[in-house]
Amino acid sequence: MTARDLTTSHPPSRRRAPLTRALKRGSGMASDGHICERRRAAERRLRVISGHLHQRAQDGHAAVSAQECKAEASRANPAKAAPVPKRRHDIMKWNGWGYSDSRFLFNKKGQAEFTGKRYRLSGLILPSLKDWFEGTFGANLQHKSPATPALNVSAVPPPNLNESFVEELKAAGVALSQEPEDRVFRSHGHCLHEIFALREGRISRVPDLVVWPSCHNDVVKIVELACKHNVCLIPYGGGTSVSSALECPPEETRSIVSLDTSQMNRILWIDEKNLTAHVEAGIIGQDLERQLNESGYCTGHEPDSMEFSSLGGWVATRASGMKKNIYGNIEDLVVHIKMVTPRGVIEKSCQGPRMSTGPDIHHFIMGSEGTLGVVTEVTMKIRPVPEYQKYGSIVFPNFQQGVACLREVAKQRCAPASIRLMDNEQFQFGHALKPQVSSIFTSFLDGLKKFYITKFKGFDPHHLCVATLLFEGDREKVLQHEKQVYDIAAKFGGLAAGEDNGQRGYMLTFVIAYLRDLGMDYYVIGESFETSVPWDRVLDLCRNVKERIVRECKERGVQFPPLSTCRVTQTYDAGACVYFYFAFNYRGLSDPIHVYENVEHAAREEILANGGSLSHHHGVGKLRKEWMKEAVSTVGLGMLKSVKEYVDPSNIFGNRNLL
Amino acid sequence: MSAWVSSGFSGFLPQDPVLKKRDDFEDVLEERRNSSDLRYALRCYTPALYKGLVPCKASMLKSIVLQSDSLQYVVGQVSAECGESREAVQEEAALLLEEMAHRLQLGTIRFFAFTLSKAFKALFRGVCVNEEGIQRLQQAIQEHPVVLLPSHRSYMDFLMMSYILYTYDLALPVIAAGMDFISMKFVGEMLRMSGAFFIRRSFGGDKLYWAVFSEYVKTMLRNGYAPIEFFLEGTRSRTGKSLTPKTGLLNIVMEPFFKGEVFDVNLVPVSISYERILEESLYARELLGVPKPKESTSGLLKARRILSEDYGSMHVYFGHPVSIRSLAQGHISRSQHNLLPRHIPQKPTADTQAFVNDTAFRLVRLQEENMVLKPWVLLATLLLQNPDGMDLSTLTEQADWLRRLALAFGAFLDWPDHEPCSKVISSSLALHKNLVCVSGGRVRLVVEELPGAESATEEAGFNRAVSVLSCASYRNQILHLFVRPALIAVAMQTANCSRKDEVFNCFNFLRNVFSNEFILCPGAAVQDFEEACYLLGKCGAVQELQQDLVMSQSGQTTLAFLCSVLDPFLQGYQVVCRYLCEELEENLLENKFVPAVRSFTLQLILSGSLKCYEALSSDLQKNALAALIRLKAVRRVKAGDQVTLKVNKIAVNSLEDTLGKTNVQHINIYLYSSLLNNK
Repeated sequence: MTARDLTTSHPPSRRRAPLTRALKRGSGMASDGHICERRRAAERRLRVISGHLHQRAQDGHAAVSAQECKAEASRANPAKAAPVPKRRHDIMKWNGWGYSDSRFLFNKKGQAEFTGKRYRLSGLILPSLKDWFEGTFGANLQHKSPATPALNVSAVPPPNLNESFVEELKAAGVALSQEPEDRVFRSHGHCLHEIFALREGRISRVPDLVVWPSCHNDVVKIVELACKHNVCLIPYGGGTSVSSALECPPEETRSIVSLDTSQMNRILWIDEKNLTAHVEAGIIGQDLERQLNESGYCTGHEPDSMEFSSLGGWVATRASGMKKNIYGNIEDLVVHIKMVTPRGVIEKSCQGPRMSTGPDIHHFIMGSEGTLGVVTEVTMKIRPVPEYQKYGSIVFPNFQQGVACLREVAKQRCAPASIRLMDNEQFQFGHALKPQVSSIFTSFLDGLKKFYITKFKGFDPHHLCVATLLFEGDREKVLQHEKQVYDIAAKFGGLAAGEDNGQRGYMLTFVIAYLRDLGMDYYVIGESFETSVPWDRVLDLCRNVKERIVRECKERGVQFPPLSTCRVTQTYDAGACVYFYFAFNYRGLSDPIHVYENVEHAAREEILANGGSLSHHHGVGKLRKEWMKEAVSTVGLGMLKSVKEYVDPSNIFGNRNLL
Repeated sequence: MSAWVSSGFSGFLPQDPVLKKRDDFEDVLEERRNSSDLRYALRCYTPALYKGLVPCKASMLKSIVLQSDSLQYVVGQVSAECGESREAVQEEAALLLEEMAHRLQLGTIRFFAFTLSKAFKALFRGVCVNEEGIQRLQQAIQEHPVVLLPSHRSYMDFLMMSYILYTYDLALPVIAAGMDFISMKFVGEMLRMSGAFFIRRSFGGDKLYWAVFSEYVKTMLRNGYAPIEFFLEGTRSRTGKSLTPKTGLLNIVMEPFFKGEVFDVNLVPVSISYERILEESLYARELLGVPKPKESTSGLLKARRILSEDYGSMHVYFGHPVSIRSLAQGHISRSQHNLLPRHIPQKPTADTQAFVNDTAFRLVRLQEENMVLKPWVLLATLLLQNPDGMDLSTLTEQADWLRRLALAFGAFLDWPDHEPCSKVISSSLALHKNLVCVSGGRVRLVVEELPGAESATEEAGFNRAVSVLSCASYRNQILHLFVRPALIAVAMQTANCSRKDEVFNCFNFLRNVFSNEFILCPGAAVQDFEEACYLLGKCGAVQELQQDLVMSQSGQTTLAFLCSVLDPFLQGYQVVCRYLCEELEENLLENKFVPAVRSFTLQLILSGSLKCYEALSSDLQKNALAALIRLKAVRRVKAGDQVTLKVNKIAVNSLEDTLGKTNVQHINIYLYSSLLNNK
């Protein structure tokens, strides 16, 4: 789960017109006489992807109507490639993760299954999950802690509206809503305490109004009006924040307006000469990739939250993608950013690939977490869709050996698109998610593999750990690369353990958030958090933080040992990103969230004491604000504050993150 | 005077010490007397080990140390500095490690298990161990690296520690020992094979030695190789009082925690107390200037005769493991190490040093608190206050009174409950018949008679001093209990009013003067004062009023007793001051100081103007000098290899006055208070 959200918005209409034209052209509908670079690019693309012609035509239709920025009717067209609806709660859970149709449950036989049709796991039985769940947490299927089934609308505080603001907004034709469901949906991210409160039906401060700009100019208008009427704006993208960044500050007395960027979701142009795409920042990760794929391209940016998180959110939180080894993190991918601030629009004047023009203004925007303005449009690098993809996995006798191997891989700069090392607990966790195997032969093979590794190779099943790999590129190079990595692994006692294990490892990251909802049905709460740390401290940090969690839980009266597990999830030249999962059974605790928060706080203290960073990609939000001064020094914090002071002196972007 | 409250220690807020819960003891020799020693020595030994242990042989350990980043870094540095090749320096490091490293072997341990069983049974009536402490230790060993910190009163200590751990099937420790043993050819190697590793006594500027040594210790600690054992006091205490702790090794074992290399380290204070110390008169002679015999194998063999004597029983109390992590909480920011590669040696910051120092003091106090006191300690205390001897009946009566006082102060007293007082006393006296005799109903110190000589010769004085100092080494065992209330008692006498702040000022002044003599935690003056006031109030000796601290009607005896507890030290320090003021020629070499003060003191005693034989103790004299240097009344001046002492006679003189007068001029106290504050 990576980037959390933010917003998008875009300024000059100057750019919009050609863009739409380009799309029109791309769709093969138009033969108007404007010959421009973009159009030619679109033509080329059209040839490449003629197979998608039909679909493109529909897109093209949408794009044409979008010439009118406010083309609400056309946007509602169901033929359009599944945009995020304004009423998100129609398809997504209001008090949990993801799509309403997809969830884990224990069926009547006590077997775990995953509902829906969206995922590889959907509709499958997971026979070992129950035992793992009960064994790991001391949980019991008899002891349920169900969530409040539906939102109690009467519990939502009435909106505190700034009437003249609303009037002017309506006059400008911006879509808006003050429905309780819409407001509650945008009042939170996915921190444990936020979801836990919703499940209990507790609603705190929520936005008073939701607005849906449909283009950059809408955002300019909204921000102008917000300044004029002194209302507080909180940009909202995918809503996947795990840093309390979306929480409305309870002390805010002004009307709070949630600025939902989801309707600004178009790819405005693709430039095949420079391999860039210009995209509205409200687009959701999976939509962006899917649409680019149709043109034969991708950004390669795949944070674990990419099903729901938005481009603007990635920029605003300095997101990191699973495949950053090939494609880079968001800061490497971004060529140009447009952001609307109370002072006006900030952007660079050209798209040069690197500049020496003083401190890079992009770095004031990236990581600003919605405190300075709304990101509306972004030019991103794109790459041709890779010809070949291959998963892989390596078993190591223990975590130390695994880390040593990853370090060597990083040293030789031959990391695959993704390489992750799960510790023993997480390996077992992954195992519990194995779907029911249909053939006896497969289970026999599994048994044989297990025998080979534990008995023949002497790996202790309680110490071994697994690295999962994802290679990408052209086939020949992938195979060559694969060999190089496996050769290094062999030097550290690693054994190749097949593609399946690898793929399952990656699947885990997409379903983990769904699993948390299952846990919460049975008195188990949990969360993940991350850090980055120099190589030489990785092992010490992992051990100390995991142990700190266990100890803190014990001291705070948690009845069963918690799940405290980590993985090294990214490698860099000078260090690694480490990701922790932490969950426990809270039966017998009067205030489980308080306990949880104390333990997470202690774990973060431990991370900092062991040379880890405050955050690698989740961001600071309000959850980790207290450590900012320590993290960046007093002067550093002062710099950031003075930027805020200049850009947004009346604190219109008043989510109070970061500073 | 910052408050230093930590979860690791209890007993620093005034609380009733009598309520302190202590474990019961079990005699480990009992089983030895009933079953075969050989079978015991050969039995299956399968200790529970540290959960993170990476098993490795002693030789493997050495190569890990020699290849470690931190040692390699220093080797590079040294080679660049002295122009020698890297290989040569590396070779030197290997030799140093060879000289240092232990070669723990189970076989040797079994040999010791057998022979020591025999020896201990001959020497002691019992070796009592608190089994709950053993259980806690066993738990601790599995969870985190453990550092064992025994008190040090006898050579027996570390043999006894290993013996007990073997007996209870616990992981055998590796023990930091002084280089002195190495010269005992055979024995040195035996000790090495039973887990001792050897450190040079001083290697101040030797970077390479320090690097080898600290990396060796840290490597063992980090991978949980074995519990590490060393003596905080650095050497055996010859006086029965705890010595000011040394922080070098403690610093080293804490560093892996500070740098995040281990989650936590458990420090386990161990209190070893002897009813009769094997080295008893040896120590007294050493304190009087007869140099300690060089450790030699033949010397050890000669000492065999001690096997025929009765040394009573001994007690070993394993304290609660103290977690460095809990101690450091809120005091040490581990992130200070974030910006420098961890293998580069770094001097501890002032904060860290202060923390380590504080911790060392607290640990020594924990050792003191759990030290078992025998009835004899009370008798020795009373007899020293009555140098001309006492009637047995008086002694019995006063011993009973003192027992109650000691218990009220929280003493860990091993007084047989079901025996009449007189019987307890007579058996104590019998055990120490080499120190005291009873004749005609009177109890007095035994002094070796010189055939036909007068009692006023140097030798006679010397013999008496041996007796007094031997006796004092037992009384000293209880001083940690009395010292704080005694400082108040003296302060109340000295301050010319009963106002609490005045008394505190005097108390604080005296506490400062004596902080080399007793274990007084730095910066804890207020807590010490409050604790002592509480105790005195509780036993009814003083009353705390709003602003005042006044003696209660029945408090006279207690306060007088407490004053006389401190009296030898007050007198001794005055003698040192007098010497420095009166006798000292311009420049005194530091190494001539002790002999010169000793002969000055002996003259005073022989002339009859001084009765206090304890002033002859070189330990007291050195502590007094250290205090004067600390108070800046004396300055050490280095010239080449030699150190001379420069005395500020006015300051020393006024200190002497202050110590000597019951009605002290306030000016003096303030003078010294300001001196201290300027420090």
